Amino acid sequence: MKRWMMVLPLAVFLLMAVFLYKGLFLKPDELPSAMIGKPFPAFSLASTQGDRSLTQADLLGRPALVNVWATWCPSCKVEHPYLNKLAEQGVVIHGVNYKDDNAAALKWLAEFHNPYQLDIRDEQGTLGLDLGVYGAPETFLIDAKGIIRYKHVGIVDATVWREQLAPLYQGLVDEAKP
Amino acid sequence: MKRWLAAAVLGLSLVSVAKAAIDTYQFRDDAERERYQQLTKELRCPKCQNQDIADSNAPIAADLRREIFRMLGEGQSNQQIVAFMVDRYGDFVRYKPALSGRTWLLWFGPAILLAGGFVMLAVIVRRRRQPLASGSAQLSVEERERLAKLLDKEATHD
Repeated sequence: MKRWMMVLPLAVFLLMAVFLYKGLFLKPDELPSAMIGKPFPAFSLASTQGDRSLTQADLLGRPALVNVWATWCPSCKVEHPYLNKLAEQGVVIHGVNYKDDNAAALKWLAEFHNPYQLDIRDEQGTLGLDLGVYGAPETFLIDAKGIIRYKHVGIVDATVWREQLAPLYQGLVDEAKP
Repeated sequence: MKRWLAAAVLGLSLVSVAKAAIDTYQFRDDAERERYQQLTKELRCPKCQNQDIADSNAPIAADLRREIFRMLGEGQSNQQIVAFMVDRYGDFVRYKPALSGRTWLLWFGPAILLAGGFVMLAVIVRRRRQPLASGSAQLSVEERERLAKLLDKEATHD
């Protein structure tokens, strides 16, 4: 028996421990978005209020959050007050009402306050599909040129905003200023 | 005991019932139906992770099936349809990932490991064989006599 063979089990164990430890912090339900770095997909949809039609050109000009939400999504209700707070602070947020009943969406916005500057009505989920949405809520960060820079799947709360979105958003705002 | 067995059998039968979501799509011909079935088995549901979209009841899987059906109706190729999905959901949705710099280990890793195993096996077999063969050939005359004596002793003991 060679001497080095004695440490082999320990080496194998340590290697496995490293991988398993890393595995503890993986989030397999969060996919890396294929959309990052791509322009916001083209669309032509009505607003939720039904008073105007919207296209991707309406999103241009300043960095913004694009929040995909629906009244059937419980997590959307959880994050809604925080979106209201961000909107109050002057953060530009657009809403995509995804595969939802429009009347319910209007009622929701009237009841819980509307943080969105543009309300995109995606009743069929076509825009959601083009965005690669697989569950609400999802929040995209786009720059002034309409390029998708970041995507967050799940609830936006104070921690997510502070640690992930705010620095990027601020960076984009500074970038947009000449 | 019997009751347990019955419960287990019932449980297993439910498993097979719960499989596969059912849509009613009218295909133009069998070839299109087959392509649809192949594509929905090859694409992974983004929401439910370990199911293909043929198997999943998640709303997103239903949407993707409808989209595949629509694109087949438009006469798009399998490649175009898969590219459409990858553009939106990333390589994640492919159960059969494309061969690229990032995936070659995934494709050839098992074969490399197998080849490595055979190499190791060959080395071990050869090492075991060599000392035996050379040892017996190098037995000197004296040694052989001693061996014969020892063997004789053994034989007389019995």
